[in-house]
Amino acid sequence: MYRYDVMDKTLVAERVAEFRDQTRRFLAGELSDEEFKHLRLRNGLYIQTHAPMLRVAIPYGLLSSTQLRMLGSIARRYDRGYGHFTTRQNIQYNWPKLETAPDILADLATVEMHAIQTSGNCIRNTTSDHLAGVTPNELEDPRPWCEIIRQWSTFHPEFNYLPRKFKIAVTGSPQDRAASLVHDIGVHIIRGPNGELGFEILAGGGLGRTPIIGSVVREFLPREHLLSYLEAILRVYNLEGRRDNLTKARIKILVKSLGIEEFKRRVEAEWELIRDGALRISEVEVDRIRAFFTPPGYKSLGNSDPTAGKETAFRAWYRYNTADHKVPGYRVVYISLKKPDVAPGDATDAEMELIADLADRYSFGEVRVTHTQNLLLADVEQEQTYELWQTLHAAGLATPNIGTLTDMICCPGLDFCSLANASSIDVAKLINDRFDDYDYLYDLGELDVKMSGCMNACGHHHVGNIGILGVDKGGEAWYQITIGGAAGADASLGSVIGPSVRKADVPETIARLLAVYVEHRQTEERFLDTVRRIGIKPFKERVYATPIAA
Amino acid sequence: MPRRLLRDGHVVLDDWHYLGDGQVGDSAVPAADPNAGGLILSLQRWLGERAAWLNHAGRLGVVLQPADKVEQLASDISRFALIAAEFPGPTDGRGYTQGRLLRERYLFKGELRAAGYVRRDQLFLLARCGFNSFELPEDQLATASSAFSTFTAEYQPSNDAGLARKLQRR
Repeated sequence: MYRYDVMDKTLVAERVAEFRDQTRRFLAGELSDEEFKHLRLRNGLYIQTHAPMLRVAIPYGLLSSTQLRMLGSIARRYDRGYGHFTTRQNIQYNWPKLETAPDILADLATVEMHAIQTSGNCIRNTTSDHLAGVTPNELEDPRPWCEIIRQWSTFHPEFNYLPRKFKIAVTGSPQDRAASLVHDIGVHIIRGPNGELGFEILAGGGLGRTPIIGSVVREFLPREHLLSYLEAILRVYNLEGRRDNLTKARIKILVKSLGIEEFKRRVEAEWELIRDGALRISEVEVDRIRAFFTPPGYKSLGNSDPTAGKETAFRAWYRYNTADHKVPGYRVVYISLKKPDVAPGDATDAEMELIADLADRYSFGEVRVTHTQNLLLADVEQEQTYELWQTLHAAGLATPNIGTLTDMICCPGLDFCSLANASSIDVAKLINDRFDDYDYLYDLGELDVKMSGCMNACGHHHVGNIGILGVDKGGEAWYQITIGGAAGADASLGSVIGPSVRKADVPETIARLLAVYVEHRQTEERFLDTVRRIGIKPFKERVYATPIAA
Repeated sequence: MPRRLLRDGHVVLDDWHYLGDGQVGDSAVPAADPNAGGLILSLQRWLGERAAWLNHAGRLGVVLQPADKVEQLASDISRFALIAAEFPGPTDGRGYTQGRLLRERYLFKGELRAAGYVRRDQLFLLARCGFNSFELPEDQLATASSAFSTFTAEYQPSNDAGLARKLQRR
């Protein structure tokens, strides 16, 4: 993984010093709330319902065991013993004290981490495929490009006060596991006309109040031009994006109002003027960054079946919580952070430390955060999966539900977030309680449920196969249900099935949707495929046919 | 008493003043007075009265609002000794782009001034976008120049004409 050199270390240390001084001036009354707000946001610090919330960047979701141990240690020393992994591969702490934020940032700096630009209207953490570098059909590892973008976007002097926040995702394989089509910019590594690698660039995707799938701005961009092209898009957006209305300020609204052709024309015109300037990326620089992402020292192994003769629980876990690896004899192992009774994405200090130890023992000391709010060990020897499972199982970290209904994405909701209309964590619990029969979950197969506590859509509900959105109805929390959304390469936005339902009725509503699916599905058809084939009408009719008994 | 501001790292008296908008087209262009300071016009006024002002012998400046297009000054850049960008508040970042375009695309060499809402915590980024003069609140003038050394290195090329020393690059 990328390691800081003297320059990275210097910059992060200088940032900590700057923020320490700003916090001091705020506490001394020299900076107003409003003035301090813009400064603290650019250091990840929100003021939430109960306390400040600190969001720490995990660039493209990659952590060393040392870093994960530090995240656990911070949870214990500055928070209430846990952290929340987010859909953008970051971690949030819900209970730090404002006065200690500079100390937390200083501790993070000792392990080459920071909270720079994790909030505010600037370029946020660049996210990527959690299977980067290990998935069998990848064109190229996207992480070196993410790191190149991370550096370019960090403290970018021109783009720190954009009309609205700005999120970039990079993928290098045909399966889009980074939800790149609902990002402000999606960068796809593709092959060009002569077989050379370059990028397809999309812009204007996003969720929130107005969900939109991104549009292609450039079909093929030679690799040396990546940064100048991003700069051209950002410049057009910075100058032309709306600043009069917060809900219309994202780049998706600009792209929509200009039309993709006119937007493209403006970006290309700007790019023509800067394409051969100082942002041109040399092969030497790409190689320098790429050298940080060389494959670990894999052993020469053959594939085997470690489930042979083992108990059912392990077999189920192996089937659902592990995935193919491009190197024979190895397996990708998911650590589900979606167990009953725990908010999706939460991990305790002790769990983080245990997982760090397991990473050292089984996976070259690296851990990844997925955009579905789980952790994963990317490089585990197949023959060691049983031993690993035993430890995870004993620690309650082997819930065998990856990709199933209870592997829900969920925002923190009303319990923590000052923006939310409705709680989401307790709804996740209701769903977990109702669907606790694994045979049924497995029979349903791949099913992606996503839930947000408000229109801001942090839980990506629009692109859930089943989406749940908390809405406020006269002071009471209700839930609007959508079906047919998808976040991958075939991304689509879900359709609302009808009037919103009460909290207590969410599980039964989902049960009725699933009953329709089970009746109509054809062989090997996923829930999403069935919805796409038969439309939402049969689902809608079933849900609203009879009142749900209290 | 003229206001004080920070220019090239030094606190100096402002030797410019803003000319009100008046009625575009019919206001008389004042005669140049070698002892008077320079005059700063709005972009509208400049565009409306351009022909008359081109003959003005004194120092001229123009102030851009965030929505103003820098391109409209392109052919006249060398006529101005000062260009200011107005920042209406802490969150409107269009002026950062205007600054870079003026320095990098139109090669403006004169005084590039940040006007309006300008605070010490913005100075470093402004300087990197090419601004070298800052209309700070009076109580921040004495200490603000320390902001120019907030960072000693940079990840991305840009225009740091406003900084006293070159940042370290890889």
